[in-house]
Amino acid sequence: MIRVILPPHLRTLAQVGGEVALEVEGAVTLRTVIDALEARYPMLRGTIRDQLTQQRRPFLRFFACKEDLSHEPPDAPLPGAVTSGAEPFFIVGAIAGG
Amino acid sequence: MSGVRVLVGTRKGAFILTSDGRRDRWDVSGPHFGGWEIYHLKGSPVDSNRLYASQSSGWFGQVIQRSNDGGKTWEPAGNKFEYAGVPGTHQWYDGTPHPWEFKRVWHLEPSLSDPDMVYAGVEDAALFRTSDGGQTWEELSGLRGHGSGPKWQPGAGGMCLHTILLDASDPARIFIAISAAGAFRTDDGGKTWQPINRGLKSEYIPDPNAEVGHCVHRIAMHRLHPNVLFMQKHWDVMRSDDAGASWYEVSGNLPSDFGFVIDVHAHEPETIYVVPIKSDSEHYPPEGKLRVYRSRSGGNEWEPLSKGLPQRDCYVNILRDAMAVDTLDPCGVYFGTTGGQVYASADAGDSWAPIVRDLPAVLSVEVQTLP
Repeated sequence: MIRVILPPHLRTLAQVGGEVALEVEGAVTLRTVIDALEARYPMLRGTIRDQLTQQRRPFLRFFACKEDLSHEPPDAPLPGAVTSGAEPFFIVGAIAGG
Repeated sequence: MSGVRVLVGTRKGAFILTSDGRRDRWDVSGPHFGGWEIYHLKGSPVDSNRLYASQSSGWFGQVIQRSNDGGKTWEPAGNKFEYAGVPGTHQWYDGTPHPWEFKRVWHLEPSLSDPDMVYAGVEDAALFRTSDGGQTWEELSGLRGHGSGPKWQPGAGGMCLHTILLDASDPARIFIAISAAGAFRTDDGGKTWQPINRGLKSEYIPDPNAEVGHCVHRIAMHRLHPNVLFMQKHWDVMRSDDAGASWYEVSGNLPSDFGFVIDVHAHEPETIYVVPIKSDSEHYPPEGKLRVYRSRSGGNEWEPLSKGLPQRDCYVNILRDAMAVDTLDPCGVYFGTTGGQVYASADAGDSWAPIVRDLPAVLSVEVQTLP
């Protein structure tokens, strides 16, 4: 299982608790994890990445295993600790005031 | 006994205020969608339990919410707003071409006859429509295809389509307004559009009498008199008696003709309301006195309405979508401020009282009159 931790506003929107557990078929990448997340919680479509360009929304960042994965290619494998479920994958709102 | 439901969008959530027909005691529900900007929420005229809300965030983008029980519960609807074809460019603030980019929904206007049909005015300016209760949205691209799009320019709040008026007597006729492009009208259900800005004069643009480029802040119409339109322009309060084909100024004796809101009494088509704001660089009421101005003559002659409103040290703004009227008798008038107050008048503006005082900054106010 892939563990995903969403920022608070998206937890509210998806009506989930602190952590989401996802089954991901095949390679575990940024793209496949978010695909699985959006498939299970369709209300999150467009809130993490643009629905048309598939680009990460500019005020969001991705972290795992103390690494910033925000600028990694979408099809690059995520760290093994994420794939094994030992470490969560974080979707974090950038600090930008408001 | 009949009642009213006031739908309030704020910078940090939505609030629903309800009262019976006396409109003197209120229940406050909310915040709904706490922490999100709620630019607008509005109910279907043919199903008062069907509400739509525009929920947005700089971080997470646009969400559309729908309620089938008058706002007790909500469910996310579709949020994919894709411009038709190649979006092209409009003018940026400095006059250079800038690509059209979807940012948010400013205004939701439910159909007068079908609770599943809703029009959405968006930034960057375009008009979308859903026919399936908000699941999918399609652009009415004839508006941007009118040809003047490359000359449109954002106002201070962005290049937003903020006003949508549906003609109850002619389903094919729709009026919209864009900051800063102006007003437009379709007579064929949205396929083709024409700018309706003749008579507007804006000293702050290169050609003050240009066909497009005017910063229209709001248009209002009485449902039984759809050819008579009232406009709060950036500066100037304007009136049209020919469905927008021509406009003339009716600012008259207002202390300032800058402002954002304008609305029409539910039962008196020549009674209109504005809230004068000192200037476009100050954005608060003249003299620190919050006054609604009412004209019973369709403009030009205005009377200040101040009973119950703060008459000293008041420096709030009233944004363009933040005034509404109910259809009870006497007509109720409501408006919200950037200071978080929502004021109500149950006697057509003669006196006012706050429903709530300390909400987040109010972005929009709508009213449903309930059976």
